[in-house]
Parts: sequence; structure tokens; C-alpha cells
Amino acid sequence: MNNISRHLQLTQFAALLVVFFILCFAIDPSENNILWRLPAFLAAVPEMLNSSVEYAMFEWMPIQTYNPEIEDYEDSALLIEVTRSISRAVLFGIELIREILVGGQKTIVAFTSWDFVSENEWAVWPALPWTVVAGVAIILGYALSGRWLAILVGCATTYIAVFGQWEPAMETLSFVLVAAPASVLLGVFLAILAFKFRVFESALMPLLNVAQTMPHFSYLVPVTVFFGVGDHAGAIATIIFATPPMIRLTLLGLKGVSPEVLEAGMMNGCNKLQLMFKVLIPTARHDILVGVNQVIMQCLAMAVIASFIGAKGLGFNLLLALNQLRIGQALELGICIVLIAVVLDKLSLGWANKQIDYFADLSFSQRNKYPLMMAAILVLGVLLASIGSLIFKNEINYFYLIPHNQGITTENFWQSGVDWMVENWYASLQAFNKGLIINLLVPMKNAYLSMPVAATFVLVMGIGYIVGGLRSALVVGGLLLFIASTEWWDRALITAYMATFGVLVSVVIGTVTGSLCAQNSFATRAILLLCDTFQTFPSFIYLIPVIMLFGVTDTSVLIAVVIYATIPAIRYTVEGLSNVPQSLQDAGTMSGVSRIQRWLQIEMPLAFPHIMLGINQTVVFALFMVIIGAMIGTDDLGQLILKSLSDKHGIGNGLMLGLCVAFIGLAVDQILRTWAHQRKQALGLA
Amino acid sequence: MNFSKLRNKMMAGAIALVFASIGTQAWAKDSSKPIVIPTHNWSSQVVMAYVIGGIFESMGNNVEYKPADSQAVYEAIRLGDITISHEVWQSTFGKSFYNAMAKGGVIDAGTHAAPTLEEMGVPQYVIDDNLCPGLPNWEALKNCKDVFSTADSGGKGRWLEGPQSWHGDLMPVRVKALGLEDDYVVKFAGGADAIWAELASAKKEGCGIITFNWTPNFTDAEGFVFIKFPGYTDGCRVVDGGDGACGSPNGWLKKAANYKFPKTHPAAYTAFSKLSFTTAQIGQMAALVDVDKMSHQDAAKKWLADNKDVWMPFTQ
Repeated sequence: MNNISRHLQLTQFAALLVVFFILCFAIDPSENNILWRLPAFLAAVPEMLNSSVEYAMFEWMPIQTYNPEIEDYEDSALLIEVTRSISRAVLFGIELIREILVGGQKTIVAFTSWDFVSENEWAVWPALPWTVVAGVAIILGYALSGRWLAILVGCATTYIAVFGQWEPAMETLSFVLVAAPASVLLGVFLAILAFKFRVFESALMPLLNVAQTMPHFSYLVPVTVFFGVGDHAGAIATIIFATPPMIRLTLLGLKGVSPEVLEAGMMNGCNKLQLMFKVLIPTARHDILVGVNQVIMQCLAMAVIASFIGAKGLGFNLLLALNQLRIGQALELGICIVLIAVVLDKLSLGWANKQIDYFADLSFSQRNKYPLMMAAILVLGVLLASIGSLIFKNEINYFYLIPHNQGITTENFWQSGVDWMVENWYASLQAFNKGLIINLLVPMKNAYLSMPVAATFVLVMGIGYIVGGLRSALVVGGLLLFIASTEWWDRALITAYMATFGVLVSVVIGTVTGSLCAQNSFATRAILLLCDTFQTFPSFIYLIPVIMLFGVTDTSVLIAVVIYATIPAIRYTVEGLSNVPQSLQDAGTMSGVSRIQRWLQIEMPLAFPHIMLGINQTVVFALFMVIIGAMIGTDDLGQLILKSLSDKHGIGNGLMLGLCVAFIGLAVDQILRTWAHQRKQALGLA
Repeated sequence: MNFSKLRNKMMAGAIALVFASIGTQAWAKDSSKPIVIPTHNWSSQVVMAYVIGGIFESMGNNVEYKPADSQAVYEAIRLGDITISHEVWQSTFGKSFYNAMAKGGVIDAGTHAAPTLEEMGVPQYVIDDNLCPGLPNWEALKNCKDVFSTADSGGKGRWLEGPQSWHGDLMPVRVKALGLEDDYVVKFAGGADAIWAELASAKKEGCGIITFNWTPNFTDAEGFVFIKFPGYTDGCRVVDGGDGACGSPNGWLKKAANYKFPKTHPAAYTAFSKLSFTTAQIGQMAALVDVDKMSHQDAAKKWLADNKDVWMPFTQ
């Protein structure tokens, strides 16, 4: 039965391809032919979007406020006053944390005024010595999870301080410490709402889909218009980026709680709130924790992008270093970002896994062991810093704050490494580059561009129909129709070509590497760590050496895409393979299969649905990186998204272009997800 | 008698009024709210930000620095989130600057003394090694497309232009207008970093490369030669009704400010509008970071200490 339907599907695919190619050859490529390219029905939408946003922001419900500084009334509007007060609240939070860590006067200003601070020179909050922050973090690590975490935290903080990146690192940390908890709380809150109210869930889901596939560049301009420029804008863009996975994973966790647990809670007389916070959420903890991990990754992955709209810290310094082609320095900054991500992730994990010991009978000093130790560290650190000020009289006080870029550095080592690479590899890579571009990339791009729009629709909707029936066909058709009705169809095709190439290569590399690493538990852990690292490691750093080797070409963009998009392919392959039940593997071994057979016949088919979800993620990652590839130089949707930062109709253009990219991702998502679901059911996994 | 008394009183009152108004003008104090200066991702701009910040601070103002994208910054100035911009390059940011100005909220705060040029050119060694005889005259390009060809240029020579947001289709139009379209294509880079990376690797290999660049810039130190195109005349560009077969004009480097800045910080605004740096001064600032590897803040401090005679007059 299964076999027959499979053959049927193959025949359908073959027929579809035949129709597709006939259409490709039959349709006349002329601008007026509606089958070749659809007219741009939506060409006026970006401008409309733009003017309506501007109307809402600056003209709707006008308010006149008196500005004493210019002694005049100013026109303002309701919405901008509302968004700016949100901005101020977020900014206050960031600056409070920042000034506790590295000192400053903004928080004092918030309670007094700039006049007060100008007149009273003492009104500056001093920075904590780095030793104190590091010491407190180490104790926190020890308290939450023991010796190993303490050592990790110690190494990370020392690295950051000694390499002279303390201040930018603390600036980044302060905005992450606002954005990450905000994303987690918002995510849990929205997930609970979605869990409680079906209507809300069905309204939220499409929004989440779009938010997760939309490139972050496209909402930078709207964020600056709504919220202004600065750390708060960076934090808000980060929250938009980091919340969707949190919602999804929390919802998944809540839905996965078995009814028995729920009933046990009700039998114990829980009210609704208790049921949610004492039963459901603790039970769903595992998924929620994965969500927290994702939030932290996403927040630090945004560290560089956020500096485009005013976030201070590592990201900004990284871009500055790259502009001077100081790759070594950028690398050290990138490592700081990864270290902060790892430390925060482990600390939050340790905190969540901490069990409260209800029966311990402890004395005051035992109960408050850690706070007391932290207080001692504070005293010691301050003492050390003042001793330091005596030792290093007119120099840098290494026990207090090591100024930016005044620590030790390995820059020259990395720099000479890059130089060596360019000198020795350039010539041989040139041949490869040329061959790839002439024989593969240019023909592939041209093939994509020579597809008539009608043929594209038939192909994509046909695949949708074969895989998921009429519903899928209509969904992908609708998404495609949107893109085809903008004036950017050709550019979307170029984006699609680069994403396709990137995904194909990434999936091959990812599944092979993943399969190999899954054979050994040590290799599994190592590769997952590597995946985590590369997910937060700012891709901008490897863009520069790649450009040096391959020039401003599609090759460079695609290499960056493959490096980034392989991460989910590997991760999901490893996870999928390690979740194959041991009993099935044993059964296979007993039946006398070889290792290769076991991999091909048992493990891969069983892990396949999970790997499909990985491929789904690979598509999203690839699209993201193709858009970031605009920083290298592309002529696709990304180029225009980057351009929208300075456009007159920047908001409208940015959002529409972002939607186009999101819809490419969602069309693929629709097909892959449906297929994975069917396979799961066929295998009895769902 | 009475009348003259009254007149005297009126005179005295008038004089007092005049004095009072002079007094308020001379003593109109700058607001203590910080002046927000943007920092972008290139050295001279960041050092200059700290230099200008230092000047404002010496006048008793509070200053704050905010990183911002160099294109998106004008919208932020317009809305008052950022107060000034001190490096508005004509051909790269002119468009964004005027777009924001047209919407209202941004004012032109004068021009730096430094003459600028933003044009296609080649690194010095291309001339020294005579890779394309006849350069920097543009007509020499006709005979050496192979020197400048790349993997993806389809056998033609390649002009590496900045992102499209800088000057749109100016260069493709120029290539066509000069009759070079059979020999050259224009490739848009994604940003300045991409251009520097290509220049660095081309230099290591000693290959020919044509890129968009500007002066004053850090590339001046190693030598960069701008191609001599037919001279710029008013109206020669396609947008102005010409055929586009002309080079770039000698450009300006302007300063921009939020419209409220003159009112909230009259003294600082006056200094800012007077402020004007020359090519040599901008070069010094960049060299302190790029060559001497100082941090941006330290470079600014050193420059301010060494050049009191340059910036003091701005504040008076």
C-alpha cells in the first residue's frame, strides 16, 4: 500500500516536472506577457505603508507640548509620546544595570536633572572594579551549579578583562540583561495566553511565522522611527527577534504536559493561577529552558546588528575594527560575545535546575553563605583596586578597570594568519572561484531568472499539492502571489537561487557531518558546542577574510551562507540520530545489518522527520545570511533591504521586502513541515 | 521739566532694555542636557566625534556618544534622537541628508574647509607598475579591461562601486555614457568594509583594481589615484539633464544638526557652525588611530591637547 502511494507520488512529480519544462519553453519572455512576469499590483503599497506609519506617528492625535528649552510649543503626536515613554523606561533599565557595572551618571540624572549633575561634580556613580564583578559571577556560578561552572565563569570574565574588552562587554551585557529577561517573560506570557485561548493562538501563529523568517535588517528602520536610536532601540529590536522561539517552545512545553499531571494538580485543589505556575510551567520546564537558551543565543546574535541602531558595546567596536580590517581585534571581540552567551546560558540553566531544599535546617550564616561571600568579594575588590592605584601610580590600574584595547592582545597573530592565508591560498582559490562562478553559479542564476512566473507557480503549487493537498497548494500559491505582485520578483528569484544553492550544500555537509559525529558521544557533545559557538559568533568577522579570498562575488556570499546554515542541519541530524530508540538499533544489529546498512535503513529513515525540521531551519538561516550577504554585495532583495536604511520610504520598503523574504521561507516551511508530519505519522512517531 | 524727566526715564528704560536684551543674548546659557554625537564605523569620524565632544565639554556642555548607522542617522537627527552629524559626505550621504532635510527637522550647519573628492580610482601601485598605461586618464581604460577583470565580470573589467544607496545608478550610467559598456561592468559592494577588503587583497597580489573611494581617507597614506574623467559641469549628470559622461565634482563635507540645537545650546551651536577642519587635520586624527594604534578617545585627547590653537577660536 505504502509502496503504491509512493510510486504514485513519484509519477506525479515526474508529470509536474514535464509540465514545468514545457511551460518554461512555451512562454514568451516579453515584459507584457502576464505569464512571463506579473504586473506589479503592489508597487504602490510601500509608499502607502510608509505614509500611514508616518501619519500615525507624527500627525494622528496631535499634541502640543511646551519645550522650555526653546521657549516654544512643539507639535508632537500621541503615538510618538507613547513609544518614546516606552523607550525611556527600557533605557532606564539598561542604564541602571550598566552603571552598576561600569559607573556613570545617567541614573542619577533620571532622579535629579542634568543641571544637578553639572553643578555637583561628585554626582557620578563609580564603576565596580572588574575583580568584584568577576568574583560575584564566579560565586554565582558556584552557587548555582558547582565548581565547573565557577571555573568557566572565572575564565570567561578574566579573558574579557585581560584582553581589554571589559567596558564594551559590560555595555553589551547590560542591554542583554534587559532584552533577555524581557523576551523570556513576554514569551511565557504570550504562550500562556495562546495556551488558554485558541483564538489568540491562531492569530499569533502566522505572526510568529513571519517574525521568525523576516530578516532583522528590515525592521531596523521602523524600530528607529517608533523608538528612536540608542541602546533601547537595540534592545527592542532584539526582543522582537528573540521572543518568537520563546513563545513557540513554551507553548510546546505546555501542550506536552500530560493530563494526569494536570488532574493531580486539580485534585490537590490548585486554583487556576497555582495550576499554571506550580504545575504546568514546572512540568514544561525542559522546553521552556530550551527556549531560554534560544533567547540568550538570539540576543547575543543580535549584538552586532543592534549597534546599527545605537546599541553600544562589543558589536559597535567589532564593526569599527572590521572597517579598519583589524580582523584579529574583531575576533577577540567576537569571542567575548560568545563567552557572554555561554556564561549566561549556563547560569540560567543552573538557576532553573536548582532544587529548593525545603527540609534543610540552616543557621543564618549557612543560609546566607553566598551573599556574605559576595559582600566580602566587594570589600576585597575595592581594597585591591585602591592598592592598585598605589602600585600603578600614573599608569593603568589593572586591578580596577583595564581600558578598552589596552589589555594584552593576540591581534598580530590572527592578522598574520589572515595575511598568510591570503598570500598562500589566493592564487589557487582563484581558479576554484572562477570555475564555480562560470560553470555553476552564473548558469544557475540565469536559469532561475529565465523561469516564467506561470511555470514557477505551477512547479511550487504542484509540489505543495502533491505533498500536502489543496490546502498546501493554496497557501504556497498565496505567498508566491504576494511576491510576484511586487516589483521585486526578479530580485526574489536571485535570493531564491542563492538560498537554494546554500541550502543544498549545507544540507549535504550538515547531514554527513552530523551522522559521523552522532556515532560517538564525545564527538556529539563537541559538535553541539561548536554549533552553539558558531550560532552566536558574529558572522561579520568571517565575511572580511572571505571577501579577501573570493572578492565581492556570489561565492563569498554563499560561503558565508554555508558556514551559517550548516549549523541547524548538523544540530538536528545529531539530535535526530541520537533519539533513535536503542531497541530498534539492537534489533537491526541482531538481524545482522552492517553499520552502513543500519545507518541507511534504520537510523536515517527514523531520524528523517526531525532532520526535515533541521532542513527547515537551514532554509531560514540561509535566507538570513543571504540577506546579510548584502553587506558583501549582492543584487537581490537584501541589497534593497540594506538600501532601505537610507530610503525616503524606508519603512514601507523595508517591511515589504522583509515580507517577501519571509514568504519565501514560509512557502518552503509549509511544504517541508507538512511532509515531515506525514512521514512521522507513517513511521508511527507522531 | 516734567517732560524732560519723563523723557529721561524713558531713555533710561530703553537703555536698560537694550542692555538687558544684550545681556540675555550674551548670557543665554546652553541647556545642560547632553549633546548627542553619533559614532559611525570609520576611524576619522569616531575620533572627530570625540574631538568635537571634547570641544563641547570644554565649554561646559554635557556630551553623549551614540553608535548609529551612517545612512540611518539623518532620520535620527531629524527626530531629535541625535543632535548633530559632523561628517556629511556629499556623494555618499548627500541623498539621505537632503531626504531628511526635505521632511523637516535637519539643518545645514556649514561646511568643513577640507575639499573632498569622491571618485573611481586605482591604488598607487597600479600606476607605478604601469599595469594600465595612460592612467589616470580615463581613456586609458579602453585598452586594459583584462587587467581589471574578475571571476564574475564575464571577461569585462570591473568597477567596484559602493552600495547602491550611495549614488544609485550614477556609475553604470557613466560607464555607458563614456562608451565603456562593452568593456566594463559595475559591481555594487555591500559597504566600505568590502571595498577595503578587496583593496587589501588586491594589493597583496599586486592585481589591478578599480574602486570607488574618497579623499581625505586613510587610503591617502598608501597612495590612491583618482581616475581623471571628463570634467564635471553643472547639469552634466543624467538627473540634471545631461548625458552623464563626466566625473565627480569637487565635493563638500558638511555638518548637520537638529533644528532645535541652535535654540537649546546657542553657544555650542555657534562653535559647531564655526568648526571647520582641513584635510590635513582630518588626516592627523585618523592617523593617530590607524597608524599609531591609539584608542579613539586617547587619539582625540591627544589631538585636542596638541592643537589648541586650531579649535580654541571656534569656541570664542
